[in-house]
Amino acid sequence: MEPIKQLRSTTVVMPSTNIDTDQIIPARFLTITTKLGLGKSLFADWRYLPGGEPNPRFILNQAAAAGSRILVTGHNFGCGSSREHAPWALLDYGFRAVISSGIADIFCSNSLKNGLLPIVVDAATHRWLLENPGAEVLVDLETTRLTLPNGISVNFPIEAFARHCLLSGVDELGYLQSRLADIERYESRHAAA
Amino acid sequence: MPAQTMFEKVWAAHEVVAETPDTPAILYIDLHLIHEVTSPQAFALLQAHGLPVRRPDRTLATMDHSTPTRTEQIFGDVPIKVDAAAKQVRQLEQNAANFGVELFGLRDPRRGIVHVISPELGTTQPGMTIVCGDSHTSTHGAFGALAFGIGSTEVGHVFATQCLLQRKPKTFAVNVAGRLKPGVTAKDLILAIIGKIGVSGGTGYVFEYRGEAIRALSMDERMTVCNMSIEAGARAGMIAPDDTTFRYLADRPRAPRGKDWDAAVARWRALASDPGARFDAAVDIDAGSLEPMITYGTNPGMVLPISAAIPFRAADAVNAKALEYMGFHEGDAMLGKPIDVVFIGSCTNGRLEDLQAAAQILKGRKVASGVRLMIVPGSQQIKRDAEAAGLAEIFIAAGADWRESGCSMCLGMNGDTVGAGQYAVSTSNRNFEGRQGVGARTLLASPYTAAASAVHGKISDPRKML
Repeated sequence: MEPIKQLRSTTVVMPSTNIDTDQIIPARFLTITTKLGLGKSLFADWRYLPGGEPNPRFILNQAAAAGSRILVTGHNFGCGSSREHAPWALLDYGFRAVISSGIADIFCSNSLKNGLLPIVVDAATHRWLLENPGAEVLVDLETTRLTLPNGISVNFPIEAFARHCLLSGVDELGYLQSRLADIERYESRHAAA
Repeated sequence: MPAQTMFEKVWAAHEVVAETPDTPAILYIDLHLIHEVTSPQAFALLQAHGLPVRRPDRTLATMDHSTPTRTEQIFGDVPIKVDAAAKQVRQLEQNAANFGVELFGLRDPRRGIVHVISPELGTTQPGMTIVCGDSHTSTHGAFGALAFGIGSTEVGHVFATQCLLQRKPKTFAVNVAGRLKPGVTAKDLILAIIGKIGVSGGTGYVFEYRGEAIRALSMDERMTVCNMSIEAGARAGMIAPDDTTFRYLADRPRAPRGKDWDAAVARWRALASDPGARFDAAVDIDAGSLEPMITYGTNPGMVLPISAAIPFRAADAVNAKALEYMGFHEGDAMLGKPIDVVFIGSCTNGRLEDLQAAAQILKGRKVASGVRLMIVPGSQQIKRDAEAAGLAEIFIAAGADWRESGCSMCLGMNGDTVGAGQYAVSTSNRNFEGRQGVGARTLLASPYTAAASAVHGKISDPRKML
């Protein structure tokens, strides 16, 4: 994985609350056996009309959304299914961060493992972002700060070890493997179980 | 030692390495369940690193999501309709063979929905840690196991190390006093709980369902409750094991036997939360006050007592969008709304007691004309049991479509879908937009309510038919 330190981008805003992973990537696209190519199916049922042509009313089909790498959403983004296809689809499309006032647990964990930054901000910052679509913001993973174009800068929480892995571009499996001796000790202690 | 919750006891017993500010805990996983949809990328991770499945003896595979439910597609020569689904099934067969993982394949009599077969076999046991690349893994918490859904990368981590990196979640007591009234089921209870807590209220927590009403539930009912913990945002929900649990597990094919059984029960009895154990949050529900529940919107928290009308929510754009999708209006009564499809099945309500409840309503009655009723058992074992008990006969006589087991119309991956714009009363767990098919409109309810609605062709209160 490429190390991530900073991300500067305009935002795309999807203000709906409780956007579930069935919206992010509908189940009929989960029959793949790789992680690739899901970007074209991201938000498929909102993005395309029944005939398959782009729905001009949907935000990602509008010129202002082009090139944005940060998605700002309503509360509780990514709820529902544990499908990691959701962050894979967002990444394949080109997003590198999701900002909300609340992000579902499993989606958050899946995102961190793939280099999609799940950023939870306070209500006031969230409201500002929802009201200012297209704002250019700076996400700094090193200082864990989000800076708005008006100069206001806020801290965001992010799990310390996941942050370390993202900053150094390493995956978490290597760390687990480095603790195999501990795992074997645990297993021999619990051999009966 | 301070009083501990059940969750804290199970967590502590599985900590290989405790968490620090810099690193999450390393949590040992006793049982890893896998299926065809979320495992291919994890097997690919092993291949890329040249690693084996470290503990195939703690890994169990089945296929359920993309598998067909038509008998001739499983046991006959009719191919699986969706090519990609057929490929996924073949891929799991290959991966299981290559990595030495036990697989209940397409024609295996033990096959079924992953969260139905593991309890049925007795591989799900109290005090265990259980994971699966599936958010409804919370189902197994009904046995006092710590069970939660994970992503495919984590499936790979468990394959390679039998462990996960986890931050310790907080605890949330869901206290359910009183008793459910006749015709009001575990499904109605969990829908009411989600309505009260909200779809994100449980984020960061593990639920423990407690109280008189929970103790009175059977294991099938407890599984229905724990199954939908994730719909309130909680990755896991647990119920303390008791005699009901032990009676269910005794003599299951993979439950302990003889002296081992006695030792296990003694261990399991000690799992319940200690008196005075503190929870980080709590909510109180009175089971006796509940009616059958039904959803009216596009998430499980948008739920009402069946005799209620859709509430007015001025200036709530999200609510308005959900009602527009559903084709409903504020002030509409739910009772009497016409429906097109009824689905009885899924890891929420596809077990034998659910089918018995449906049969109670359907016996001697017919599905309304123009309504399609599909009944999909949770496992092949349940299918055989339902056939032996005469339930299948009742379903077929009523005009239902009686299928082979699988996830089926809960998420429509296998081609079992609800048409665009159609209304489906479904015993499954998610009423998200398009969940059961593009444009499908889902109304979540109990097997009683689903069966009653199938008979009348409109949303109906089952209590009058019992």
